[in-house]
Amino acid sequence: MGISRREFIKYAALGLAGSAALTTEVFKPLSAMGLDDDRAIVKHIPTVCEMCFWMCGAVGRVVNGRLVKLEGNPLHPKSRGRLCARGNAGMGLLYDPDRLKAPLIRTGARGENRYKKASWDEALNYVADRITKIKEKYGPEAIALFAHGSPGSYFFDLVLAMGSPNISFPSFSQCLGARNVGYELTFGEDPGSGPERVDMENSRVIAMFATHLGENMHNSQVQDFTEAVGRGAKLIVVDPRFSTAAGKADYWLQIKPGTDLALMLAWLHVLIYEKWYDEDYIKKYTEGFEELKKGVKEYTPEWAEKETEIPARLIAETARELGRYRPNVVVHPGRHYAWYGNDTQRARANALLNAVLGTWGAKGGIYLKPQVKLPSLKGKPFPETEKESVAIPDKYPFAGGEGLTNEVRRATITGDPYPIKAWLVVGTNLVKTLPNQKETLQAIKNLDLLVSIDVMPMDTTMLADVILPETTYLERHDELKKVYAKSLGIALRQPVVKPLFEVKPAWWIAKELAKRLGLEDYFPYKHLEDKLRKQAKLWNIDYDKLQRKGYHVIPNSAKPYFGPDNPPKFKTESGKINLYSKELEAYGFDPIPKYTKVEQPPQGYMRLLYGRVPMHTFTRSINNKWLWELEKENHVWINTEVARRLNIKDGEYVVLENQDGIRSNKVLAKVTERIRKDCVFLPHGFGLMSKRLSRAYLKGADDQGLITRYRIDPITGVTGMRVNFVKIVKEA
Amino acid sequence: MPKYAMVIDQRRCIGCLACIVACKRENHVPEEHYRTRVVEEIDGKAPKLRMELRSELCNHCDNPPCVYNCPTGASYKDKDGTVQINRKKCVGCKACIAACPYDARYINPEHGYADKCTFCQHRLKAGKEPACVATCIGKSRVFGDLDDPSSKVSKLLREYSSWVRLPEAGTHPRVFYIRKQSRPE
Repeated sequence: MGISRREFIKYAALGLAGSAALTTEVFKPLSAMGLDDDRAIVKHIPTVCEMCFWMCGAVGRVVNGRLVKLEGNPLHPKSRGRLCARGNAGMGLLYDPDRLKAPLIRTGARGENRYKKASWDEALNYVADRITKIKEKYGPEAIALFAHGSPGSYFFDLVLAMGSPNISFPSFSQCLGARNVGYELTFGEDPGSGPERVDMENSRVIAMFATHLGENMHNSQVQDFTEAVGRGAKLIVVDPRFSTAAGKADYWLQIKPGTDLALMLAWLHVLIYEKWYDEDYIKKYTEGFEELKKGVKEYTPEWAEKETEIPARLIAETARELGRYRPNVVVHPGRHYAWYGNDTQRARANALLNAVLGTWGAKGGIYLKPQVKLPSLKGKPFPETEKESVAIPDKYPFAGGEGLTNEVRRATITGDPYPIKAWLVVGTNLVKTLPNQKETLQAIKNLDLLVSIDVMPMDTTMLADVILPETTYLERHDELKKVYAKSLGIALRQPVVKPLFEVKPAWWIAKELAKRLGLEDYFPYKHLEDKLRKQAKLWNIDYDKLQRKGYHVIPNSAKPYFGPDNPPKFKTESGKINLYSKELEAYGFDPIPKYTKVEQPPQGYMRLLYGRVPMHTFTRSINNKWLWELEKENHVWINTEVARRLNIKDGEYVVLENQDGIRSNKVLAKVTERIRKDCVFLPHGFGLMSKRLSRAYLKGADDQGLITRYRIDPITGVTGMRVNFVKIVKEA
Repeated sequence: MPKYAMVIDQRRCIGCLACIVACKRENHVPEEHYRTRVVEEIDGKAPKLRMELRSELCNHCDNPPCVYNCPTGASYKDKDGTVQINRKKCVGCKACIAACPYDARYINPEHGYADKCTFCQHRLKAGKEPACVATCIGKSRVFGDLDDPSSKVSKLLREYSSWVRLPEAGTHPRVFYIRKQSRPE
């Protein structure tokens, strides 16, 4: 199968399970806990959170079988005893009355919301029968998987076992794909993605490009960030918006959207031409310095001022701050990169800054990944696929990672290079994830089968032919999770309560489907926990202890910094940092990033920027009772002066209309000095269209609905989505 | 007896609201009611903007107007210095709500008694920190005993200048704020 260049990342795929968790049973007077019963059985069960993809260690307090509280597991490096608002609100998902409760088979037209309740047997037989027919008629590659998070791994195995290579997770082309490729081209490896290996707790200067930590609640990363702030590290935040992080910054560079690359190149110019780099380091560990020097010659701060609208003096001053304290500084690699369609080159420039500053493997820079290799359990090898994956097409030579969702969608619409007729959608709300909803809906129309495996009746779920209700993360086992913090660690997800309703864990659903498709050999266990025990044994981990602690640190796995006993070595072919990329050159791309202008909004329009609010994860948490009450609908941020001109008052409802005449749902205006005049900011995930979400239904505006245009990055195929322009229409 | 207090290091708060959810789940606070909140204030004109994030909760005042104004003696100053409510004595008259200058109290809609932050007294008795402190991602909320000179709160208050909300009200709050930190080097 056509896995080009990058290995297909498989989400923490290992694992298996069994009876209830074995933690201490304590009889306690519950009056002390604010509960009414005098005596009750109280258990504290460690598990892994999945209110978002960060997957922190959590401990559930269960009283008489009911989960009453979640706290951070102090042993787990991603939580360190603390949980964010979402982690604290896990029971809002677990006990949400709107949850999917039993398998459903569609009886009306797609999107008509008419379903009949089915038994598991009936629903699974139905799906297996339809898949078999599609396989016979079109071949196995007509079946595609879209997934996000832990449940994806079992269906990943299932789809590969069927003989289809068409697997894609939105995390690549709608999120961090370009970043990872840009870093791989430079350093030979990516900067990590959960956690990003940014040593902020030790940084002296941190620069961030629109990375809005604090609004973006990546628990341990935000802890490191506040540690840096508390310590007095210098902070440079580049953002068109005065984000919470900008509120902590020494320098807030209010950049004109779309010009980040200009600032990065100008910083490179200052660092190189003012000689803020370590000559010895550059000579020893990098290739192509002279070419880079020549490449950034024209990008002076004065030139960049015209592009970015940041004063040249500030551009030079901030570059010098980084240079002065190198290598104990970091230009944060960021995460979501699908912005403008030039995203890999922007990632390259970001990586080059870290290269010139020598931050890779330096204290306060980007620390090194634990190098311990853990053996894998041997399983039955997957069959060779006959056709190339449409998710990793040759036309984007550096596509890879988790595959291109947008390419699978395109192939589903056009039938080119071959028909795609079935989608399995696991834990991802594609309609709200991929740009241009019309295309997603058009692709869905072409399908013979759409199966959704999810916890909640999300927009995409309610378009499915068959809905298979999954357990929440609090009711199931999952594969053992490898955590690449400074040390490598293993985390166990185990149920804190028994599954409610008739829901089943993803591993069980995949295995039962496999059984019906004659592929059961690929799931060689009765219960997932059998596999987890085997895996733990293979890794020398006491599984019973893991059940009690939730986390195990692999001893002697931390080697975060280069030093005399660990001399710098990079995972590129030459073992050096590629300042000049021969790989890009070989495919006809710029080996040194060049500035390209991004289209600016026409008269009367503003660029649509989107991002996060700290209490929500994509669309999936909006309906959660305890999070919903904190942010029931989103607000569109509008600059004070623009609002005055348009006579818009803070807190009034407006409608956004994009360049293609698409209008949003009504949305509250937040009139603020915190955003530039040429853009608006709309938190992502709102405006849900599924009527079964009783709280979230049609609350706020959907940014993805307005993202009708996207610019594809030619290097990786990721979809730049910050290329839409909106005007504000007062609500009638 | 300890003399409990909270110090809120505002620079470390990132407004994630984990404290609010932890408090509500720990104490079964009803929907749409809060024992703590995070206020965000912005000053200035771009690009010269200043942001203040301020966690607010019951100040457990040493001179507590809610206690003095409670006609039934339900609100009281406990031995550990915290202000508490005896639910059995509370008749829900709202005198305390009117008396509190900090808007820290509400009436429990189901049971009718006045309610507010207890500094998680039940957790303190079990040797744990208040739920909001335990979960605080930025370690912005710090809790401890003012009588213990080695406690984190004592140290912070020695090291940094602090302020309290509405000092002119003469309530002598036990919740202190640090806005500005000294910078190393």
